[in-house]
Amino acid sequence: MERKTKIDAVDGRQELVITREFDLPLELLFKAYAEPEIVEQWMGTKVLKLENKQHGGWQFETTDPKGNKYGFNGVIHEFSPNRKITRTFEMENTPFGVQLEFLEFEGLTEGTSKLNMHVIYRSAAARDQMLQMGMTQGVNMAHDRLQRIVEALK
Amino acid sequence: MNLRRDIFQAIADPTRRAILLLVASQSMTAGAIAANFDTARPTVSKHLQILIECDLLEQEQNGREIYYHLNPEKIKELVDFIEPFRKLWDDRFNKLEEVMKKYQTKD
Repeated sequence: MERKTKIDAVDGRQELVITREFDLPLELLFKAYAEPEIVEQWMGTKVLKLENKQHGGWQFETTDPKGNKYGFNGVIHEFSPNRKITRTFEMENTPFGVQLEFLEFEGLTEGTSKLNMHVIYRSAAARDQMLQMGMTQGVNMAHDRLQRIVEALK
Repeated sequence: MNLRRDIFQAIADPTRRAILLLVASQSMTAGAIAANFDTARPTVSKHLQILIECDLLEQEQNGREIYYHLNPEKIKELVDFIEPFRKLWDDRFNKLEEVMKKYQTKD
């Protein structure tokens, strides 16, 4: 599989960078972040609030298969159409704390575009905790990988 | 070198792999871990001991209880630590692309 999404997380730093190139014109990529109905579709979340402006707030809510609800919210600091979104992100009722996100949108060709997402955490430990959570969610995959490593040793 | 081989031996056992996956999400006591298995409690304890010995698990005293959690540094040696996180975002962005392609043709 093609590795379209890249994660750059230097050891011991409190930040990470996620980059991704899309087979979409810049305007469509940005729209996916700006229109609540579209955000709901690809994020698999309910958009309770999305105020796309400086000092605006946003609030999402996801429901897992067991019916548990998880809230996410933040404040929008900058909203420049087709260019940039600066916002905070926080998972409600978790010890993870708030993170600062710089989203930069860039057109590459007429039909392709790029997203650069720079995320800053309170500490390097907080960042690693988030990465570890990704591991929990991708737990089956981690399991498969472990299994493959073991198989390879046989 | 020897230690490294030990890690791989440690995860060669399915119960021990299951234990690692269990404590990946949260620290747990030996009792809570054992409750997830049909195997006898002493067997689970033995597995925990092996995981501790090769540094895959760490112990933490909290009041009267001992909690077990993953040692991320060691896990990094086993699997690419970031890969599941990357996969999560990759899936999410694939979905975005798919949704927007449909949106595009609808227009």
